[in-house]
Amino acid sequence: MINLHPLRSFRFPVIAECINPDIFQSKKREEIEELKVWEGNKQKKLGELFNVEEIKTENQTEMTGITIHGDASKIRRIGANMTNGEIVIHGDVGMHLGEKMKGGKITVHGNVGGWAGSTMKGGTIEIHGNASHYLGAPYRGSSEGMGGGKIIVHGNVGNEAGAHMRKGIMKIYGNAGQFVGFRLRNGIIYVQKDCEGRAGACMTKGTIVIGGFLESVLPTFTIDGVKKKAKIEEDEVIQAPFYLFLGDLTENGKGKLYVAKEKNPQLSHYERLL
Amino acid sequence: MEFLIRNGFVYDPINGVNGEKMDIAVKDGKIVESVNERKARKIDASGMIVMPGGVDIHCHIAGSEVNTGRLLRPEDHVKDFEPRTPKTRSGVGYSIPSTFTTGYRYARMGYTTIMNPSMPPLEAKHTHEELSDTPMVDKASYPLLGDWWFVLEYLSQGNIEELAKHVAWIMTSTKGYAIKIVNPGGLEAWGFGQNVHSLDDQVPHFCITPREIIRGLCKVNKLLNLPHTIHVHTNNLGQPGNYVTALETMECVKDLACDSKPAIHITHCQFSAFNGDDWRTFRSGAESIANYVNSHSHATLDMGQVIFTDTTTMTADGPFQFGLYGLTGNKWVNHDVETETSAGIVPFRYRRKSYVHAIQWSIGLELALLIKDPWKIFLTTDHPNGGPFTAYPKIIAWLISQKAREVTLKKINPRARSRSLLPSIDRELSFYEIAVMTRAGQAKALGLKNKGHLGIGAEADIAIYDVNPESADPSKKYKTVRRAFKRAAYTIKNGAIVAKNGEILKHVEGATMWLDMQTSQPVKITEDMKRRFKEYWTVEYENYPVTENYLEVSHPIAVKADV
Repeated sequence: MINLHPLRSFRFPVIAECINPDIFQSKKREEIEELKVWEGNKQKKLGELFNVEEIKTENQTEMTGITIHGDASKIRRIGANMTNGEIVIHGDVGMHLGEKMKGGKITVHGNVGGWAGSTMKGGTIEIHGNASHYLGAPYRGSSEGMGGGKIIVHGNVGNEAGAHMRKGIMKIYGNAGQFVGFRLRNGIIYVQKDCEGRAGACMTKGTIVIGGFLESVLPTFTIDGVKKKAKIEEDEVIQAPFYLFLGDLTENGKGKLYVAKEKNPQLSHYERLL
Repeated sequence: MEFLIRNGFVYDPINGVNGEKMDIAVKDGKIVESVNERKARKIDASGMIVMPGGVDIHCHIAGSEVNTGRLLRPEDHVKDFEPRTPKTRSGVGYSIPSTFTTGYRYARMGYTTIMNPSMPPLEAKHTHEELSDTPMVDKASYPLLGDWWFVLEYLSQGNIEELAKHVAWIMTSTKGYAIKIVNPGGLEAWGFGQNVHSLDDQVPHFCITPREIIRGLCKVNKLLNLPHTIHVHTNNLGQPGNYVTALETMECVKDLACDSKPAIHITHCQFSAFNGDDWRTFRSGAESIANYVNSHSHATLDMGQVIFTDTTTMTADGPFQFGLYGLTGNKWVNHDVETETSAGIVPFRYRRKSYVHAIQWSIGLELALLIKDPWKIFLTTDHPNGGPFTAYPKIIAWLISQKAREVTLKKINPRARSRSLLPSIDRELSFYEIAVMTRAGQAKALGLKNKGHLGIGAEADIAIYDVNPESADPSKKYKTVRRAFKRAAYTIKNGAIVAKNGEILKHVEGATMWLDMQTSQPVKITEDMKRRFKEYWTVEYENYPVTENYLEVSHPIAVKADV
């Protein structure tokens, strides 16, 4: 198991996709210190930026683990392309956390920058703080969204969470910004609390469940009925009345948008259409 | 600076040198008879191929269209970037690389001259600014004239001489090199939401037909003695059954050719060689086109080969691009360039498992292999429409080795595989033929006298590839060939080693070539013309021409016109 302690607070972004259990595996401490990272426009060695500490352990899962202690809010692309193992971060993390990851687990006890879990295909990211914009969304301009895996956020998230998502589960136990599930193609997004608006814009399939307040539903959604519950996962079913909307009709979409009935009396006029 | 390139296997088709072991002497940026052996720096090319620097007749590398493509596709850049080095500047881009990266990548492959084929006259300044920022290569641009209002007007009056004078004026004012015609008449019609579908359809409001535009500009080309022929992107491009249009387009200027010199260049011919009634019955029309080209000498083609990759299509053919948007549902840009032309951009992915894409891949190679004379067909991908230019080594491998084609054939759509003509073609091109298709033929078609060959007095643009034609059997060791052409052992530009083993050693500026047209009398710009500039263009007449100080390195080529 490897512990990383940042040696100083970073002024420039650090691109460190080498912080990845697949790469650390079977490497000695000295070899890990030699790994290349970019700090701003300068190429550096990992050992110059972090104190690398190796802890001997017998436990198989812990052996491939990486723990970061301290502020990593300038460090980008941690765990990019990882396929197994675990990364635990005690502190904030920068952008592109777990980009294109295919397996393993990342746990963050802090806040996360933009594009966390961007284009991920498998594995789990659990964030105990807030996540910024573009959670699980592809890079700007791309339509290749999240293709699997699970993202759990216990805090709030920014705009465009789960944009272009094709598969997978995203659970947000806080508030969400605008455009949750923008151009959603499949998969499930659950927002336990409030949503800023424009949820599910241009979605074609998939499910968005909003348990809190949503000021208005886009006019291109049509009401389908009132449901007693909404299923997120096998062992997670939300028992509360929900309005079910279908859309987005501008895209001939058949996506499902569940909005909690009790928290949204302003949507009650839709019931007349049923 | 003097050089002596020793013991290389030299392929210089223009001078008839076919793989002979010989020395090449270079002095002051030119190829010379001999140099002082003691003083000269020696490059040991033993066991390597020495060719003239590569020439690319058709690649979209600069201009407003390319730049809009860059803006449209940030995701294309994030996956492919080059950091700054002490010698080179940083850059991004896979299918539409930034200007510096474009130059470096061409130099790494041993290319030294490239042609940017579509420049709306209105956007000429932008194009030249970007071309000036494209290092390592000499370049030129073709103004789009097939739908320029003045061209259409003079043609509808039948006034070829007056038109020739104005084309001469626009060629010099936009610092252009050849007449580019895209979907003649169709782009003008597209301004009104229409298109033309055959050579004899009427262009709205002008009472002329695409046939008259092509023939008219072909006559103008001849009157002006331009070094290249007209450069035509045919009507109905990208539609099933359009090989007939391509044949008709070539046939319609047959009588205008003389002295067995070509009269027309059909560009990215793969996109114009579709047979079938619709996408279901889609099949290759390459055989008919190849038969025609084999029996006529007035036309040259370039491949427009498709590569299975994610790329960005961009042409001045607005209606075609709109159709492509309809097919893919992808993000898109479509643009009407005032009174001149149009443009469109759609990102596109060619997939091996798609029947149509696999047939398209096959068509490009069929054309190259079925046309017997390599001087008539050139290697391009219509960068970035068929794929990025960095895929040229792959195409060379397919052309040089049947085994390489079979390996790819195994991976493509089974229905396309059973319909492809490729399994029945056992032709494998030699290095000599590759040298014709990638440099000599293109330089000859472009009328570049000092490029594309290694004769005395030619510019010292030389590419050396680390593959031994004596010991390596290219048809079996196609991967060695591919690797060699991907990273030239040496690229020499104007007598300086600019790249070695795929590393850029020196950042050099390439020249922008343009035609300095000399007519018998200066072209009269009438008050009426100026008035129309005021009324119809967003740019005043006075600001329209590109002045020479716009070009970083200007290389005017004087051409004496017959008008």
